[in-house]
Amino acid sequence: MTDRYTITALVENRPGVLNRVVSIFRRPGLNLDSLTVGRTERADVSRMTMVLEGKKKDAAHVERELRRLIHVIKVEDVNGTPHVLRDMALIKVKATADTRSQILQMCGHYPARVVDVALGSILIEVVGEEPEIDGLAELLKPFGIIEMVRAGVVAMGRADHVLDTHREQSSWAERQVRFSKAS
Amino acid sequence: MGEQHDMELTGAEIVWECLIREGVDLVFGYPGGAILPTYDALSKYPQIHHVLPRHEQGASHMADGYARATGKVGVAMATSGPGATNLVTGLATALLDSSPIVCLTGQVPTPVIGYNAFQEADITGITLPITKHNYLVTSVEELAFSIREAFHIARSGRPGPVLIDLPKDVQTASTEFHYPTDEIRLPGYRPTPVAPLQDVDDAAKLIRAAERPVILAGRGVLLSDACDELLEFAERTETPVGLTLLGKGCFPEDHPLCLGMMGMHGAGHANHAVQQADLLLAFGMRFDDRVTGNIATYAPKARKIHVDIDPSEINKNVEVDVGIAGDLRQTLVGLLDGLEPIQHTQWVDRIATWRDESTDRELLNQVLESPELKAAEVIHDLWTLTGGEAITVTDVGQHQMWVAQYYEHSQRHALITSGGMGTMGFGLPAGIGASMGRPDEEVWVVAGDGGFQMTMAELATAMQEKVNVKIALINNGYLGMVRQWQELFYEKRYNATPMLSPDFCALAAAYGVPAVRVETRDQIEPAVRQAQANNDGPFLIEFVVEQHDVVFPMVPAGADLHDMIRRPKNGDSQVKEN
Repeated sequence: MTDRYTITALVENRPGVLNRVVSIFRRPGLNLDSLTVGRTERADVSRMTMVLEGKKKDAAHVERELRRLIHVIKVEDVNGTPHVLRDMALIKVKATADTRSQILQMCGHYPARVVDVALGSILIEVVGEEPEIDGLAELLKPFGIIEMVRAGVVAMGRADHVLDTHREQSSWAERQVRFSKAS
Repeated sequence: MGEQHDMELTGAEIVWECLIREGVDLVFGYPGGAILPTYDALSKYPQIHHVLPRHEQGASHMADGYARATGKVGVAMATSGPGATNLVTGLATALLDSSPIVCLTGQVPTPVIGYNAFQEADITGITLPITKHNYLVTSVEELAFSIREAFHIARSGRPGPVLIDLPKDVQTASTEFHYPTDEIRLPGYRPTPVAPLQDVDDAAKLIRAAERPVILAGRGVLLSDACDELLEFAERTETPVGLTLLGKGCFPEDHPLCLGMMGMHGAGHANHAVQQADLLLAFGMRFDDRVTGNIATYAPKARKIHVDIDPSEINKNVEVDVGIAGDLRQTLVGLLDGLEPIQHTQWVDRIATWRDESTDRELLNQVLESPELKAAEVIHDLWTLTGGEAITVTDVGQHQMWVAQYYEHSQRHALITSGGMGTMGFGLPAGIGASMGRPDEEVWVVAGDGGFQMTMAELATAMQEKVNVKIALINNGYLGMVRQWQELFYEKRYNATPMLSPDFCALAAAYGVPAVRVETRDQIEPAVRQAQANNDGPFLIEFVVEQHDVVFPMVPAGADLHDMIRRPKNGDSQVKEN
């Protein structure tokens, strides 16, 4: 039985880390449904959110192997803990004088806003949980979706559920700061 | 050489300076274009002994054999492209058996990396899944730090191979050199986790409650230097000890509590004990499929305690009741603290009846009517003639399993064999590395005719370096282990397993290596004595053995561990026992 597993990880912000992480999924032929990598409150640490469609066994395997990577600082499976999950999509939908107001009205019921309007189309930005985005996309489909892109899920624990509280900087990161000051 | 230098050095010089500071005095390497600047600087460092193998794979296995024999980090060096890719098998072999090696490879200059320059291979990409970690050094300023980190990662926690890729322009660039001495901070790397006390308490409860416990001892016992504690624990709790292939040597095999090796070719009584146990104590082993057989029916009645320094091994292959991620020696010290002696007389007696069954089926207790040599008796004789004290380095195949069964290891770090990867061709080069690491000890390479021919060019290396390695070549004219599978599971279709070989003694002679051929029982001892008396270089004995012998017992791949095909008793036809 396959399910969706959302895994977050703190990693060192240095070359090659992304390759090492995705290799864990590639090796047993697992599909990474969504992957986001971004900066955090610290320049030397990036945060990844990975969504795996697979079995529980696969998710456990991925977690174990991620923890073995030297540049991965912390790993957590967010399923089952109180988390805020957010995805973002840009949806370009066909719009005529007749349909435009109808589309705008629908968007009003979603965490969406119009970011560009052209003669034949509207570009909508929607930010929310995945089902909300799926829902809006479904509603817009009859009008004709020209193109759509999703940013991928990011996740953060609620309240005092913090992924990591470590304050140690890697020797490498410290040297980068030193070199950049020297030059 | 002072403690700290503050001077301009080239990257090439920094490589050697760093290696020397990491305690390296022996490097197995093969020069070539992209690593030439580093080789050019070698003449400034006479304290480094450089050994030229005949193939880079040989260099990687030599470094591995050296590391396993000495506990120190072994170092191999190669040029870019094909030189680097030839290290791949050696890196994978070292990773699966947790052997600490550092491989340094030349790389094309940084401006052309990724442009398919001459002899360019993406070796950090290629070796990413077969190293514990790897480095592409893109600036000379980072070089010393990378080398220091590489050695730290290779030798700490669960050891493993690390590769450092050195672009040519990094080797020729200069920088102020001083060897870093500050603490290496890697926030994502916790090599020696400390197990919570609660876990140890939970384990102690299961141990006190057990009636039929078995210890499964692996290479982790040797790596954490926990052999004394294991012996004390086994004796105080009267718990039988089964060994993995790589665990051999961690517990005396002549001890009454020792069950010998478990698993696919393990002793029948060891496998029965595991299957009937009510508690398994897995110490520094990883429940490899060759040890467990069918995982669904493995030790079905047993609670399981697993102690391993690598947390990712816990609950990976086998779900356990208590998982202790931590150093084994510390854990055993904790378990022994306040532990009252426990007796398991009934259990030990029951195992003894299974042991009698093994003895009845034992080849060496049977009347050997055929005049042809059995490989098993050759290895048994080798064991007695060396007093069981030689370092034995094997290749992979039937002879490897016979070494595991008939060469009883009571010395630590004295069996060097490719377990996890099962790398044919490992034996001779690993034996050269082991012998160079422990030159005062008797080192025997045991290899089959198949594996030996994969890396036999290293005879030249052994000859050039006058390495005191003795080679027992077990020649049965087949890829014996594969032939055995064909006989048992593929209806005797011997496709691609018969092999014609050269005259090995003449071949050895061509390399200037003395050699004798042994074809009868009475020739074994004189030949071994002759090899032992030869102390200024390699010596080869070709044992021409019976062609069709099979390693028993055998648990077919994927079968239940108790479902063994066993050697028939005298006069019986082959029996399958359940």
